[in-house]
Amino acid sequence: MENVGALTILLAFCFAVYSVVASVAGKLGRRPFLVLSAERSVYSVWALLTVASSILVYALIHGDFRLAYVAEHSDHAMAPIYKFTAWWGGQEGSLLLWSWLLATYSSVVVFQNRRKFRAMMPYVTAALMTTETFFLILIAFVESPFKVLEAGRGNVVEGVGQGLNPLLQYWTMVIHPPMLYLGYVGFAVPFAFAIASLATKQPGDSWIHTTRRWTLVTWMFQSTGILLGAGWAYAVLGWGGYWGWDPVENASLLPWITATAFLHSVMMQEKKGMMKVWNIVLVSCTFFLCIFGTFLTRSGVVSSVHAFAQSPLGPFFVTFMAIGIAATLYLILSRLDYLKSEAQLESVLSRESSFLFNNLILLASCFAVLWGTLFPVISEAVTGEKISVDAPFFNRVNIPIGLFLLLLTGVGPLIAWRRSSVESLKKSFFWPTVAGLALTAILLGAGVRHFYALVSLALCTFVATSVMLEFFKGASAIRSKSRTNLVIAMVELTHRNTRRYGGYMVHMGIVLLFIGFTGKAFDKDATVEMTPGQTIELGSYHLQLTHTDSGQNENYRWGRLYINVSRNGRDLGTFEPEQRFYIASRQGASNVAIRRGVNEDLYMNFAGGGGQGGKFVLQAYVFPLVSWIWIGYWVVLLGTLICLVPSKSRLLYPRTEVVGIAGKHAKVED
Amino acid sequence: MKNYVKFGILIVAILGVLAWLAVGGISDTKTYYKTISEVTQLGDQAKDKRLRVAGDIAPESIVREGQTVHFTLAQDALRLNVVYSGIEPLPDTFKDGAQALADGKLGADGVFHATKIQAKCASKYEAKPVAKPGQPAVRTS
Repeated sequence: MENVGALTILLAFCFAVYSVVASVAGKLGRRPFLVLSAERSVYSVWALLTVASSILVYALIHGDFRLAYVAEHSDHAMAPIYKFTAWWGGQEGSLLLWSWLLATYSSVVVFQNRRKFRAMMPYVTAALMTTETFFLILIAFVESPFKVLEAGRGNVVEGVGQGLNPLLQYWTMVIHPPMLYLGYVGFAVPFAFAIASLATKQPGDSWIHTTRRWTLVTWMFQSTGILLGAGWAYAVLGWGGYWGWDPVENASLLPWITATAFLHSVMMQEKKGMMKVWNIVLVSCTFFLCIFGTFLTRSGVVSSVHAFAQSPLGPFFVTFMAIGIAATLYLILSRLDYLKSEAQLESVLSRESSFLFNNLILLASCFAVLWGTLFPVISEAVTGEKISVDAPFFNRVNIPIGLFLLLLTGVGPLIAWRRSSVESLKKSFFWPTVAGLALTAILLGAGVRHFYALVSLALCTFVATSVMLEFFKGASAIRSKSRTNLVIAMVELTHRNTRRYGGYMVHMGIVLLFIGFTGKAFDKDATVEMTPGQTIELGSYHLQLTHTDSGQNENYRWGRLYINVSRNGRDLGTFEPEQRFYIASRQGASNVAIRRGVNEDLYMNFAGGGGQGGKFVLQAYVFPLVSWIWIGYWVVLLGTLICLVPSKSRLLYPRTEVVGIAGKHAKVED
Repeated sequence: MKNYVKFGILIVAILGVLAWLAVGGISDTKTYYKTISEVTQLGDQAKDKRLRVAGDIAPESIVREGQTVHFTLAQDALRLNVVYSGIEPLPDTFKDGAQALADGKLGADGVFHATKIQAKCASKYEAKPVAKPGQPAVRTS
């Protein structure tokens, strides 16, 4: 079995290489059959990797502990679903998943465009399969998932595995990695189209129109992956946070930031023919940051207690990225003539300018995060001393950036293209500003003195009001015309221009996320050693440890606290934070108890004790507003989905009066 | 041309503010990686710097006293006594024999006062923590 698995990977590698060579040779030598055979081999790669993945998954579920990968990541006592997720629980398997997903995406792209973009497609295929080849080199020759444990090494007990890391045995961890991968891998597609448009000297726009949906879907997966990770960290790790600026987390954030910048600046190109070079740079950055993120988590370059073990993969990634970046740069520089901007910035108070600052700020944030993440490496190279920076550094830079972006979220969509007058701005922003200031006054009156929290909540109100006013204005116009009620009018409005109103919805979700983040400023916590019967007060909560319990099942040993919670005399029930010790992997894990609420969460963690003196350590926290992060995510998701629905009336999007460019008007969306 | 001057000033102003924040952030939070032997040789200048020291938790050295935890970090024959009094919970992986990273400052008494502890599990076969990219397997801070 494992031989068949290894063989399919090897064959997939051969097909991927053939695909690259054949598509480029077929294009240059004008031999359509070569191009066609290259596209067919994309399907073969997918089929072969599907077989390889199935064999690995079968081995994991079946418990074939002769395989090193199975022995390290699976165990009999694990629930079947986690045996399946062990597929991506370790280095080799996750690389296989990467390759398989890329093959899947590539097959979809090839199939979708089998009759379109005949000029570009050979290069698209080549770019995708080059990336695929790189990952197949890794799993075929360096980190094979089908390695069999050597007999006599003395470390294999027949029929017992190490088990998946217990912290990963949690439901969000079942879908978080695939989501993140779908995001990471998906950015290869817009990148491939960008490369193809450069290679074929297509002036500008067609690659953007074709890849807008890809980018949106990929962005959605990436956002989902990041948020699931945050939700998992919050619910499982017992420290009550959702983001710690760890290198591994940063690795997933970096491409997300550049992709967000790309989604915005694309509009500049679609509507005004500006920022063409910039868009190609952004999509390339996103792609290489995805590769870089994969590299960062696998090479041990930056010490993170969370990353994979040190592995020999580092140099491979560096080589691939160096060649890729050099080739991309060469292509861009040699095609600059085809990427001339069709319009110029006219005023600081204009939509164009708001996009420009949006991009500037996002890139600055990306750079700051990258810099902080790589600081130990950079400082060691420059001064010889390894110095790291911590969460406070990231927060200090990124909080102002986030707030400024939030402001732009409210301002940008309402400013006119080309130039805007101060008068019209006053008109658009009067009520949002009033609402923001009113909330500030109320909060100040209520005794809130936290500067950033005040600014953030005021801006949230400002943006939310301006978004809602937009919906309301548009819907009222429809209502007065067609005499329907406001709700139907709003649905109609959204349906008429899904991109615009879906975008507003995403902005609204971002506002909710910021409300959730702001709650961090008002956290309360207490760590106490308790004996049964003892009570503590936290905020308005009254916590009593009634009794404790412990036991064992075949997967783990556990200890549990029973805590009776009441608030203002009202009983809120008993909560049971638990501590576990997984036997197979010999690792501890906590199972926290959370009372979730719209205004605040009560979070309880059994932190230890019970040994000497019979004292139990309880950590209790109150996290205000944290639920809004998860609510905000759903709104972002809904907004993104709306953006993907085609608009009802195929709206014509004339480029806003680009003087001197004939024949560029009336561009149909998509 | 005048527009470009305006944009230029704005961009420089924004980037300037961010750079200023970043430089301040770095100098306030930078932490030096040191081994136990380097810490003991640092002498007086070690007292002002934030340090990050790695080592194994010496077996049976963990003593909990209310909110503070005492333990000893070991690297070969060298020992460093550590007092942890941070507010964050100690990670699940913090136990005898585990590899740990302690962040904090060296006190005048030669005891290391840690404000943050990270620990890596001592795995059964080899030190290979399992995680996937994008998320930590062991959130310890």
